[in-house]
Amino acid sequence: MSINLAAQVNSIMAALILLTSFGLLVQRRMYGLLHLFAWQGLFLSVSTAIVGYVSGAHHLYISSILTLTLKVVLIPYILHFLMRQLHIHKEVEQLVNVPTTMLIGIALVIFSYYLTAPIRELSTLVTRSTLAVALATVMLGLLMMITRRHAVTQIIGFLALENGLFFAATSATYGMPLVVELGVALDILIAAFIFGIFFFQIRTTFDSLDVEQMTQLKEED
Amino acid sequence: MSIASAIAVVAGIWSVAIDTPESVTLSIGLPDLPFHLRLDPLSGFFLTTIGLLSFFVSIYSTGYCKGYAGKRSVTHLVIFYSLFIAGMFLVVLSDDAFFFLISWELMAIASYFLVMFEDELIENRRAAFLYLVVAHIGALAILLSFGVLAGATGLESFSGYTFDAMRQTEFPLKWATVAFLLAFFGFSAKAGVIPLHVWLPEAHPAAPSNVSALMSGVMLKTAIYGIIRVTFDLIRVFPLWWGAMVLILGLITAIMGILYAIMQNDIKRMLAYSSVENIGVILIGIGLAIIFTSFHIPVLAALSLTAVFYHSINHAMFKGLLFMGAGALLHATHKKNMDEMGGLIHYMPWTSTLFLIGSISISALPPFNGFISEWLLFQAFLLSPSLNSPLLNLLIPMGAALLALTAALVAACFVKAFGITFLGHWRGHHHPPLQKMGLEVNWPMRLGMILPALMCLILGILPTMVIEWMDKISDELVGGKIATTAGAFGWLWLTPVAHERASYSGAIVFLWIIVVVILVYILLHSRKTAIHRMPLWDCGFEKITHRMQYNATSFSMPIRKIFGFLFNIREQVRLSISTRHPSFPNRLYYRLRIRDRFWGWIYKPISESSYWISRKFGRLQQGYIHIYLIYSFITIIILLIFAR
Amino acid sequence: MIEFYPFIIEAIQIVIVLLFAPLFVGWVRMLKCWFQGRTSAGLFQPYRDILKLFHKDVILAENASWIFRFTPYLVFGVTVLAGGIIPIIFLNLPFATVADVIAIAALFAIVRFFTALAGMDIGTAFGGMGSSREMMIGSLAEPAMLMAIFTVSLISQTTSLSNMADVLIHKEFILRPSMAFALLAFVLISIAETGRIPVDNPATHLELTMIHEAMILEYSGRHLALIEWAGMIKLFLFTTIGIASFFPWGISTSVNLINISAGIIFLILKMGFLGIGLILIETGLAKMRIFRVPEFLGSAFLLSTLGMLSYFILE
Repeated sequence: MSINLAAQVNSIMAALILLTSFGLLVQRRMYGLLHLFAWQGLFLSVSTAIVGYVSGAHHLYISSILTLTLKVVLIPYILHFLMRQLHIHKEVEQLVNVPTTMLIGIALVIFSYYLTAPIRELSTLVTRSTLAVALATVMLGLLMMITRRHAVTQIIGFLALENGLFFAATSATYGMPLVVELGVALDILIAAFIFGIFFFQIRTTFDSLDVEQMTQLKEED
Repeated sequence: MSIASAIAVVAGIWSVAIDTPESVTLSIGLPDLPFHLRLDPLSGFFLTTIGLLSFFVSIYSTGYCKGYAGKRSVTHLVIFYSLFIAGMFLVVLSDDAFFFLISWELMAIASYFLVMFEDELIENRRAAFLYLVVAHIGALAILLSFGVLAGATGLESFSGYTFDAMRQTEFPLKWATVAFLLAFFGFSAKAGVIPLHVWLPEAHPAAPSNVSALMSGVMLKTAIYGIIRVTFDLIRVFPLWWGAMVLILGLITAIMGILYAIMQNDIKRMLAYSSVENIGVILIGIGLAIIFTSFHIPVLAALSLTAVFYHSINHAMFKGLLFMGAGALLHATHKKNMDEMGGLIHYMPWTSTLFLIGSISISALPPFNGFISEWLLFQAFLLSPSLNSPLLNLLIPMGAALLALTAALVAACFVKAFGITFLGHWRGHHHPPLQKMGLEVNWPMRLGMILPALMCLILGILPTMVIEWMDKISDELVGGKIATTAGAFGWLWLTPVAHERASYSGAIVFLWIIVVVILVYILLHSRKTAIHRMPLWDCGFEKITHRMQYNATSFSMPIRKIFGFLFNIREQVRLSISTRHPSFPNRLYYRLRIRDRFWGWIYKPISESSYWISRKFGRLQQGYIHIYLIYSFITIIILLIFAR
Repeated sequence: MIEFYPFIIEAIQIVIVLLFAPLFVGWVRMLKCWFQGRTSAGLFQPYRDILKLFHKDVILAENASWIFRFTPYLVFGVTVLAGGIIPIIFLNLPFATVADVIAIAALFAIVRFFTALAGMDIGTAFGGMGSSREMMIGSLAEPAMLMAIFTVSLISQTTSLSNMADVLIHKEFILRPSMAFALLAFVLISIAETGRIPVDNPATHLELTMIHEAMILEYSGRHLALIEWAGMIKLFLFTTIGIASFFPWGISTSVNLINISAGIIFLILKMGFLGIGLILIETGLAKMRIFRVPEFLGSAFLLSTLGMLSYFILE
């Protein structure tokens, strides 16, 4: 496989990752969110593998497999299990309606493109243009956390954000040292477990996972 | 009337002949402050536009004023009408700040009296007053702007006020910005750019229809002339952000204008808001031209400016036609509300066809003229990747998408306008006995409408010739020409940049449509199938009344639901249900109120604070003579101290 | 004689458009029946429907105006004009310079304008409803369409369809995400503009679900035949615009018999596959509530904007 073709496939993966980030923003159904997140993880792992091939950094293959197991299989499964146990609603509740969210999302993508323009001039890597997509994914993940009312959707937003950071690492510097990546992956896994425990706790306290209920915790003065 | 129209004819034709690179300068006026007049291609173009429309409207007015016969005297209508047209001509001809402002004031005052023509209705007086206030705030800003420009020329006493002097000066950027912003503010107030548009939908319906046609068609263009003159001719060097600001304001004006227009049920208010939208489109073109000039790409700037000029003359033609049509409707039915009309196509065949031509033209549909200017503007937008700024490359196409949305909404608005007014059944509360021949308007009015309709068709079919004629203007202003490429493929095809890039032939589209329609008609009528006239089918439902049709409010409902968050909308529904048949209400009360948010945000606070300030100052007026004498005494002492 | 060949090919193309459009619709309906487990009426049923309508008398409402009678001819004429401009079997058609893709979109806008007026002409509630909804959907589809056109024109640096196809045929094949996004957006827009599920149901006459059908409810006889035919041609043409912009390989570039025949065969094959794709979408989705359609068109706009952004960011 030539370098040129690999770069093209990498661009396509980046485009697909951006598409799934937007898809997470506009998706109405809970289980759909999980599926989209799994697809995002898949595209991310394929992209990592390609970057590993292009750069000759073989530890990226291991990262790719790690991403695959963790983000495509394990975490969606855990979240699926949680959602079934908690009898969560099938619909996503939103603070801001869908068209407005889409427009803000587009504005964020343009903004991240504008921000990463200087890096694109200076970098010599094959993956330099995908840095804008990575930054956009981070921002869209954050946007998702802001505009959603349900605790589970906020977790998915957080995980999407982490996907974006990982993607940024592979595009800017051909990946992080393997030790760092292993550490990050383990942290994410533990975080997923801890979130699960917290969900149960929140549910018993408030009888719902709507984060607006948490305003009850505010001190009255 | 005939004198006015004769002058307009002469001026129109003369300026067409003289639209050459030469300019003629005359000098008359007061001693020490002579007036300068100048006729250069830019003035000539606007002179042609004003002249053409004035000619058409003058013909129309001879018929329209018969409607006032016996009710009031039309003498002051005629006087102020002639003064108004004279004012507009002088504005585009003037070559110095002083004369410009005098003619500007003449135009404003004459139109104030025209708007107030039917002054027994209080809303007309209110509308005229609002118009006067906004026009004068604008004029003040323009005056200040000229003052800044004249001062910056560095010449002593008043010699800096001629445009020639301003053309020769290189303005420092800070002062140029101040002057530009002031001039833009002032001219926008006259053009009806958001948020200074509030006088438009009040004043245009209040005026008699021939006056509204002129105001909407050409008076707004004088403001555009002012902006172009100040920016491209007087201040010739400018930074990028001016263009971005004009472009964004133009986009906002266009989209808000058409959304307001869709919500209206009064025909003339809708047409007034539609003028706001078209001015927005023109501003978009000017903004693009400024951006391209600041990047030193004269060809694209010329393309944008050509689109601007083409749209100006297009708008004059079709808006004039539409307002004249609305006047014809008013003349015939004495109603302004679309919701009370319908089915008029059978009683007013000429008016309906001409209004249809106006609607098709304004909706930018081939083969009429509106399409040409919108198409040129889209081509200018699509060529924006030649700019080197990455941020602009991404943001300008979004502007193009917004322009596409606006254009499509215009079509929706005019389908509603034409459909509700002319098609279907009569929607009024009572069935008036509409005789078949009684309603169509008289021949001068018809002629006054036929001529702009013909112009719409000609401008749509022969764009290359019009562009060749207009090209000298953009050559002088930005140094670029497009006529050489525009007609390069042949006189039938419009190819603005290169024919591989994009091409369009209005004439062929027009001919094709005629040929195919005739062909199919002949082929189908050679067989023996008959046409039977029956009562309408409606899927077999019986007992259809004229109240069951869609009316104006219901037609715009889907669009209102989607875009309603931009307005202050309140809907009130009250149902009275009888207990015996709970599914069939006795009575339904529905009230819909749509308000402009800009009143609450901008105008109310300003008017309230000005009242507050005046009240505070009112305390100075005590009524005692001693207090006034003390004021005079204190003033004298202060002056004496400072005069030392 | 050589100079006349392009005109002959143009005439052949128009004949193909006129004749193949009902065949395409017949194919699509047949597939839908197969997918739904019903027996189809046959591949040639649309031809029989149109011919039957041509033989019938016209029933015209008493208050129908000239616009009602003129619209079918205008709609048919303009649609056939568009059919003469799009490169279907040959690239350098003599009519190709009459309109670029923006003008073709405007030609379809004329069709929409007059059909909406015809809907309002008789003064029934159905007609007004159809017109009002159609104008709303049309206005929301325009920005998405423009963005998609813009994205495609970025690569070929032209907005003329023939030149776009020409550039794509002669350039080397690169996988471009911007084209992929633009293609997806174009599919969504075509569904909205041609009135297929999930935006509008072309086979229903229930008040809740009809938009295009509501506007033409009062038509009968040869008028209805012309309008139905024009509707079939419109679906055919949108498919061919998609082919010309995204997969133009196979359209002949030279005036010889072998290439032209190959062009026709490729056309049939591509349309066959696209028909299958269309039916997969139609049977897989349900018709949307009318106020969900803005979201549908909003996602089309989003996809085309993403395409444009991908071009600048990734290419």
